[in-house]
Amino acid sequence: MIMRYADPFDTLFAFQQALENRQLSDWLGSSTAGMGSYPPINVFQQGDDLVAIIELPGVNKAEINIQAKGDTIRIAGRKSIDYPEDVSLHRRERLSGAFDRTLVVPMQIEPDAIKAEYNNGLLALFIPRAEQDKPRTIQIR
Amino acid sequence: MPGQQELQVQQKREVEKAQEATRPMRAFLPNTDIFETEDTLTLVLEMPGVDRENIDLNVENGVLTVEGRIDFKKYEGLQPVYSEYNVGPYRRSFRISGMIDQDKITAELSDGVITLVLPKAERAKPRRIAIG
Repeated sequence: MIMRYADPFDTLFAFQQALENRQLSDWLGSSTAGMGSYPPINVFQQGDDLVAIIELPGVNKAEINIQAKGDTIRIAGRKSIDYPEDVSLHRRERLSGAFDRTLVVPMQIEPDAIKAEYNNGLLALFIPRAEQDKPRTIQIR
Repeated sequence: MPGQQELQVQQKREVEKAQEATRPMRAFLPNTDIFETEDTLTLVLEMPGVDRENIDLNVENGVLTVEGRIDFKKYEGLQPVYSEYNVGPYRRSFRISGMIDQDKITAELSDGVITLVLPKAERAKPRRIAIG
């Protein structure tokens, strides 16, 4: 299903609802190392492949470490926040610290072909599905 | 020790509306740090996924409003299968007093974090008072 509406606000609302509906999804089952751990992940399907979009605002690209093996992807790193000296803090909502999270996808993937992009605080992982795992159309003779 | 703890997920908080909305769309509050030096007030807002051209900054009646829109075209053709956070525009307003020189506010965006530097007006800066 591809959502296409004339009104961009409708598109947005439909998208927000679709995300909401997936929030209780058991798609990852108990296979991810702790739902609710940092950073938060959204997973999308794009054709046969998966796209994981991870919110990591304010993290230096060089401090993000991504490893993949088998069906497991590990995202680790550190988010540091530096305040200038001699300031008085009025409000502090942003959190800093180390993170380490693994994502186990419930399908066979090509770990060597995963591509990662970091833009505007979003980390996008393009995860190709393994060739042997793709569905095949079977002809009836 | 600060900075050493394991990071926790911060659930997005929705913008509380002063008026009734006519659209069902949701907007979220960006996590914000505010700190002050002798000469400036600095606001640091996290708005992941917002492009530079989709940020609006506005000062009206002493209220600074920061808005960041999400370009939903980037999500076209993507079908959600699993989700831990919602996506939507960010909005937050701050009342800034007369102590800010409103014409000299600067903004910078980097890695989804926008930093606003609000210089204090000359008369609002602290003064050392000499004892005569």
